[in-house]
Parts: sequence; C-alpha cells; structure tokens
Amino acid sequence: MQENKKELQVAAIENGTVIDHIPADKLFSVVSILKLAEMPNNITIGFNLDSKKIGKKGIIKIAGKYFEEEELDKISLVAPHAHINIIKDYKIIEKKSINMPHELVGIVKCNNPKCITNNEPMKTRFTLIDEEQGILKCHYCEKEQNKEDVVIL
Amino acid sequence: MANRSLVAIEEYSKEKILYMLEMAKEFEKCPNRKILDSKIVATLFFEPSTRTRLSFETAANRLGAKVIGFTDPKVTSSTKGESLKDTIMMVSNYADVIVMRHYLEGAARYASEIAPVPIVNAGDGANQHPSQTMLDLYSIYKTQGTLENLNIYMVGDLKYGRTVHSLLMAMRHFNPTFHFVAPDELKMPDEYKLYCRKNGIRYEEHRDFNEDVIADADIIYMTRVQRERFTDLMEYEKVKNVYILHEQMLHKTKETMKILHPLPRVNEIAYDVDNSPKAYYFQQAKNGLYARQAIICDVLGITLDEVRNNK
Ligand SMILES: [Zn+2]
Repeated sequence: MQENKKELQVAAIENGTVIDHIPADKLFSVVSILKLAEMPNNITIGFNLDSKKIGKKGIIKIAGKYFEEEELDKISLVAPHAHINIIKDYKIIEKKSINMPHELVGIVKCNNPKCITNNEPMKTRFTLIDEEQGILKCHYCEKEQNKEDVVIL
Repeated sequence: MANRSLVAIEEYSKEKILYMLEMAKEFEKCPNRKILDSKIVATLFFEPSTRTRLSFETAANRLGAKVIGFTDPKVTSSTKGESLKDTIMMVSNYADVIVMRHYLEGAARYASEIAPVPIVNAGDGANQHPSQTMLDLYSIYKTQGTLENLNIYMVGDLKYGRTVHSLLMAMRHFNPTFHFVAPDELKMPDEYKLYCRKNGIRYEEHRDFNEDVIADADIIYMTRVQRERFTDLMEYEKVKNVYILHEQMLHKTKETMKILHPLPRVNEIAYDVDNSPKAYYFQQAKNGLYARQAIICDVLGITLDEVRNNK
C-alpha cells in the first residue's frame, strides 16, 4: 500500500469502485460496457499507464458507485484479469475477481449477418459453451464464435 | 400453457422422437382426421419453399384445419420495414399455430419467444429444419423397422447440407455407424465429427464412391453437390460426376437398403435408380405429410392417445 500511494498515477477516491489492470486497448470497451458515459458520478480514468504485469494498462475509478457482480462480469469479455477494488474511506475493503458469465444478454453483436439479431430490434443472447477457449454460441442462429472475434455492442 | 413450439430437432429427447414417430404412423394409417376442425393454421413463408409449404398445408387440411398465410414476402409489409415481431404478433391474433419459414437464422427461435401461440420452424436460413429431420427419421424407421444400430451413408455435400447435420444429431440416441462420403471441399465439418466422438458415434470418411464402399449400407442419404459451393471450379469439374448414384452400383447392397434424398435432386441420383425397389426418395417426401401432421398436433397439445381415439 505504502509504495502504491507513493507512485499513484491517478488520484485516489474516498468511496467507490476501482477497476485496475485493464489492458490499455480495452479501456474504452470497459467504459462502454459499464455505460460509464451515462453516469452522473465522478469518474477518473487513467489511460496508457505503466504496468509491470501487462505493459500498458488502464484504470477506472468511479466515486460513490458499487456495482452488482453480474454487471462487472460483463467486462470479462474484454478484461478477464482486471482487478476490482471496493473502496471505503480511501481503503480497499474488498477485492473481487471477474467471472465469465454463463449468459451474455445484449452485450455482444452476433458475427453472422444472416442472424435475426442483426436484422430485428432485439437483444442478442449468447451462451458461454467453452470457458477455456472462450467460445460463445448465439442463442438464435446457433453459430459458435470466439470471444476475440465478437464486437461489443 | 408451456410453449410447445418446435424450433430445433435437438429439443426432442429419444422418447419424444419415438413418440412422434408413433403419431406419424397413426396418420399414415388414416391421414384424414378432423382433429383440428375449429383451428386455424397460419403458414408464413418469408422465403418461398413450395414443397415445404404444400406439405404443411396438406397436413393442416387433412386434419380439418383452415389455413391462412402468405408465401411471397413482396405482398406483405415485411418489405415495407415491418419487424418480424409485429408480423408474428398480428398473425397470433388470428391463428392457433404459426408455421414459418424465414431466410434469417434464429427467426423461429425469436418468434417462439414472443408469440402467444406455438411456432413450428419450417426452416430458418441455413440453421434448422426440424420437420425435414422428422420425416427422414420416419422414413428410416419405417423401412428398417428400427432406428437402432444402422449403417448410414451420407453422400455428397456434407459441409453445407443442413439436413445431414440435423439427421446426424438426431440419430445420436440410436447407436448408428456413419459413413461420410464427400469430396475434400465438402467434407463433414470438424464440429460434427467432434460431436460424434463426444457422443460415442462411430464414423468413417470416404473420398471414393463406388459399389464396394456402399455395400454395407442400411441407408444411403444422397445430397446435391452444387457448383456454387466450390471455391475451386477445377475441383468441381473433377468431382461433379463422382458422387452420382447409378443403378449398377446397387448390386452388392443389402436387400433392405433404402436410398433417401431430401429433394429436389439435380443429377446426383441417376434416373435408372428410380425403378429400383431400393429407391425411396419419393415415398420419403410423402412421409413428410404424416410427420408434419404429428408436429402440428403436438404443438397444439394433442396427444397420441387423442389421435388414436379419433378416427
Ligand atoms: Zn446469431
């Protein structure tokens, strides 16, 4: 903690949630998945910060906001190794890891142009059928696709 | 009432498949039963498919139902930008069951989630076509007396042929041995071979198609090899005449062997095969009527016993 405070690259928050160790190129995906742009909260974003673990990282600090676990699990697609720290009175009171949810509703777009979800105003729905290899299956057209290849809505 | 829609063949358990085959058998004994006297069946063909539509509409008519619907999407509002949802909700006001064919994959699944009436999927793009699989199963069952322990040869386009993929998955309950006969470009995709291994289904792959390869067959399931499926037209020219079944290739096959084909055929079954007692593709199409009568009754909650008691 001591050392951390010394070289803090982004200002600390008093209460809220810190999402750390986001791969830098996925930072803005996380912002959009969590719909941070629509939030009234005070949000600090650090981009292209140095990280010993992953090279360049992103960090997001959201003041006064605690997420539901399933909301956070949505970012597992882009930042499965992100760290979630719950902050109270400038202290980390809880660390959470991210789990890949079994079902993804309205989060990613189906790769199949002939899928009904790409042609009808409706929510997409995917099931995680292989967690290790990150294979998602569209509930509608039944096409299997790798999580690396899908576009976040 | 639970949603009784039929969207994908995988929704049927082994018991359910056998139950549906029994019901189809009842309809074959006596196809004209006024079980659906007061019912209205809608057939919505967002993409034309004359064979499938005629088969479903005949099934509905023989059950005494009235049929409404459309076949040409140009005359409906779907080209004016009306959503599938709106069309389905509108038709649900009138019909007791909706039989639908759509060019988009997943359309029937989505319709089954929003419609207050049951949906029967009559084909959604390249995805599912469960009534075709049921008529294939019924044809196999009827000609072999069982679905268990059969040698099934699939020939031709095994890459894009959705009927062979659905049949393969539906047969997993019945301990089959598959033989996949196809040119390299149209081989059975890895995901289905993996599916076979996961389900303990034996399979062999063949590039050659001759009388020795097919000698052990109980069923030969032929499919079209279409020119437009090939990226390499030289390859097509090389194989286009290889996967054609001729009458003289049948001499070593079993007496009880039957040849199936989802129709329409192009040239993959020579006309000299038509007169063989082993040719079964025309009766197969007729079996579609009984399979579809059973499907329409089942989604409307009519049981096998009720069918049996209604002559
Ligand atoms: Zn899809």
